Amino acid sequence: MIGDRRIRVSVNGTAYEVGVEPRTTLVDFLRADLGLTGTHVGCEHGVCGACTVLVDGLAVRSCLMLAVQADGSEITTVEGLEGPEGELHPIQEAFLEEHGLQCGFCTPGFLMATYEMLTDDPKPDEDEIMEVLGGQICRCTGYQGIRRAVDCAIDKLGGTRPADVFGAGGPEGPDAPDAPDADPVGADGAGEGSAR
Amino acid sequence: MKPAPLDHAAPTTVGEAVALLNDPEREAVALAGGQSLMPMLNLRLARPDLLVDLTRVEGLDHIRESAGWIEMGAMATKRAVERSSLVRERQPMWHEATLQIGHPQIRNRGTVGGSMAQADPAAEYPAAAVALGAEVRAVGPSGERTIPATEFFLGYLTTALAPGEILTEVRVPVIPPGRGWAFREVCRRHGDFAMAGTAVTVDLDASGRCTATRIALFGVGPVPARAVEAEKIVDGEAPGEEIFERAGRAAAGAIDEPLADVHASADYRRHLAAVLTGRALAQAATRAGRPEGS
Ligand SMILES: Cc1cc2nc3c(=O)[nH]c(=O)nc-3n(C[C@H](O)[C@H](O)[C@H](O)COP(=O)(O)OP(=O)(O)OC[C@H]3O[C@@H](n4cnc5c(N)ncnc54)[C@H](O)[C@@H]3O)c2cc1C
Ligand code: FES
Ligand code: FES
Repeated sequence: MIGDRRIRVSVNGTAYEVGVEPRTTLVDFLRADLGLTGTHVGCEHGVCGACTVLVDGLAVRSCLMLAVQADGSEITTVEGLEGPEGELHPIQEAFLEEHGLQCGFCTPGFLMATYEMLTDDPKPDEDEIMEVLGGQICRCTGYQGIRRAVDCAIDKLGGTRPADVFGAGGPEGPDAPDAPDADPVGADGAGEGSAR
Repeated sequence: MKPAPLDHAAPTTVGEAVALLNDPEREAVALAGGQSLMPMLNLRLARPDLLVDLTRVEGLDHIRESAGWIEMGAMATKRAVERSSLVRERQPMWHEATLQIGHPQIRNRGTVGGSMAQADPAAEYPAAAVALGAEVRAVGPSGERTIPATEFFLGYLTTALAPGEILTEVRVPVIPPGRGWAFREVCRRHGDFAMAGTAVTVDLDASGRCTATRIALFGVGPVPARAVEAEKIVDGEAPGEEIFERAGRAAAGAIDEPLADVHASADYRRHLAAVLTGRALAQAATRAGRPEGS
C-alpha cells in the first residue's frame, strides 16, 4: 500500500489541499474525490476526449494525467464555465442552440477543447477548428451540429476571451480570485454522478 | 482506479532521475507526457512499482539552435515545438511532422523525447529523425552518450536506450538552403497514427541532378527504415515523374513484411508507401529547386 500524497490544486478558482493515492488519475480525482462529475470519463486511454479539462490553460486528457502531477496547477472543468448566477457560458449556449449535443456524454470535452481554442485564437480558421474537433469523439449528435456550434460560439463571443465573458475573474481570467480553502468531498461522496 | 498501485517521484535533476530509475529494489519507469504510458498503465499493460516523472526535471525543455543543429530537450512538448518559429523556419520538416501527431489536446502534453523512446512504428518523429540524420542524447549511470537516430530504433517499440537511461535531448540538423524535403502520410483521420508515411530529403547538384537523397518509411515495418535502394535509383538522375515513381515502387518492394492490422492490409500499406514516396520525392525536388518560400 502506497501512502497518500498531499497536493494543492486550484479547481475552478477554489483551492484544495488534499491527499491522493499516486495512482489516481486526474479525472478520477475530479469526479470521485472532488465530486465534480461534469467531467466525463469514457475510454480512459486518451482517444475519446470526454475527460478533457484545462490544466494551466491547456486542454488535456485528464485520464492521461495523474492527480499528483497536477500539484500546483490551476484546473478548469466544465463546472467552471458558468457565470456567477449559474448562467450558461456563450460556448454552452452555442452548443444548445445549434444542436451541438444530444446525450451530452461527449459535451464537456468538446466545450473545454473549444474553450482553449477560442482563448488561443478568437477567429480560428477551418483547419484549426477541424483539427481540434477531430480530437474529440461524439457518438450521437453528428458532427455538423457541433461544427455549427463552434461558429455560433465565435459569433457570440465576438472576440471576447472566453475567460472574460462574465468579467475578469472567470476561469483563467487575469484576476481569478484566490478562493478560500474548501473541504473536498470525501471519496465516497461521489455516488450520484459516478456512473460510467 | 485504473492503474495498479504505484509510487510516483518527481525529481528535479537528471542525476536524481537516473538514480531513481536505477533503484535495484523497484521496477522504475520514466514518465514524460504520459500520452502513451498512461494508457498502458490504465489498461494495466504496464505495472511498474515507481514512475519517475520527468516533468519537473530542470533543463529538459529547451528548443534552440546551436552550430547547425536544432536541439530539443526531451521534455519539450509537441505543442511548444509546433509553436516554435525557430523550428518552423530552420527545420520545416520537423515542424510538419509535429502537426501530424495526434491533436492539439495530445500535443499539449506529449513530448519530443517520449515519442522517440516509445518508438511506435507508425510515429512521425522517429521517421523524421532517421531521414534527417538526427541524434539522441541519453544519460545513464555511466554518463552521457550520443546515439544516431539510424542506430536508435532497434525493433518494435524497442530502442537503444538502456533500462536505466534517460533520453535528454533530440538534435536535428537544420535544413540547409537548397535541400528539398517532404513529409507525407495517409491515416484514417487527421491526427491518427499513419497507415503508411514517408519522410524525404533531396539535394540538387550544380547540374540539377538529385543527390544525397534520403527516404525513411514509417507505419509499414517494425521500425522506421531508410529505403536505400530507392535512394540509389534517384541519385544522379534529373528530377522526373518516371524516376520518382520507380523509386517509390522500389522503396515499397524492399519492405520485408509490411505491418497488417484492421486498418490496413500489408498490400495496401505497400501500395501507399510506393505512391507516397513517389509524390514526396517530386515535392522535395521541387522545393530543392526553389529554396525561397519552399
Ligand atoms: C489519442 C492519441 C493520438 C496519438 N496520435 C499520435 C500520432 O498520430 N503520432 C504519434 O507519433 N504519436 C501519437 N500519439 C502518442 C503521443 O505522441 C505520445 O505523446 C508519445 O508517443 C509519447 O510521448 P509522451 O511524452 O507522452 O511519453 P510517455 O507516454 O510519458 O512515455 C512513453 C514511453 O517512453 C518512455 N520515455 C518517455 N520519455 C523518456 C525519456 N526522456 N527518457 C527515457 N524514456 C522515456 C516512457 O518510460 C514510456 O515507456 C497519440 C496519443 C494519443 C493518446
Ligand atoms: S476518457 Fe480520457 S480520452 Fe477518453
Ligand atoms: S452527444 Fe452523445 S456522444 Fe456526443
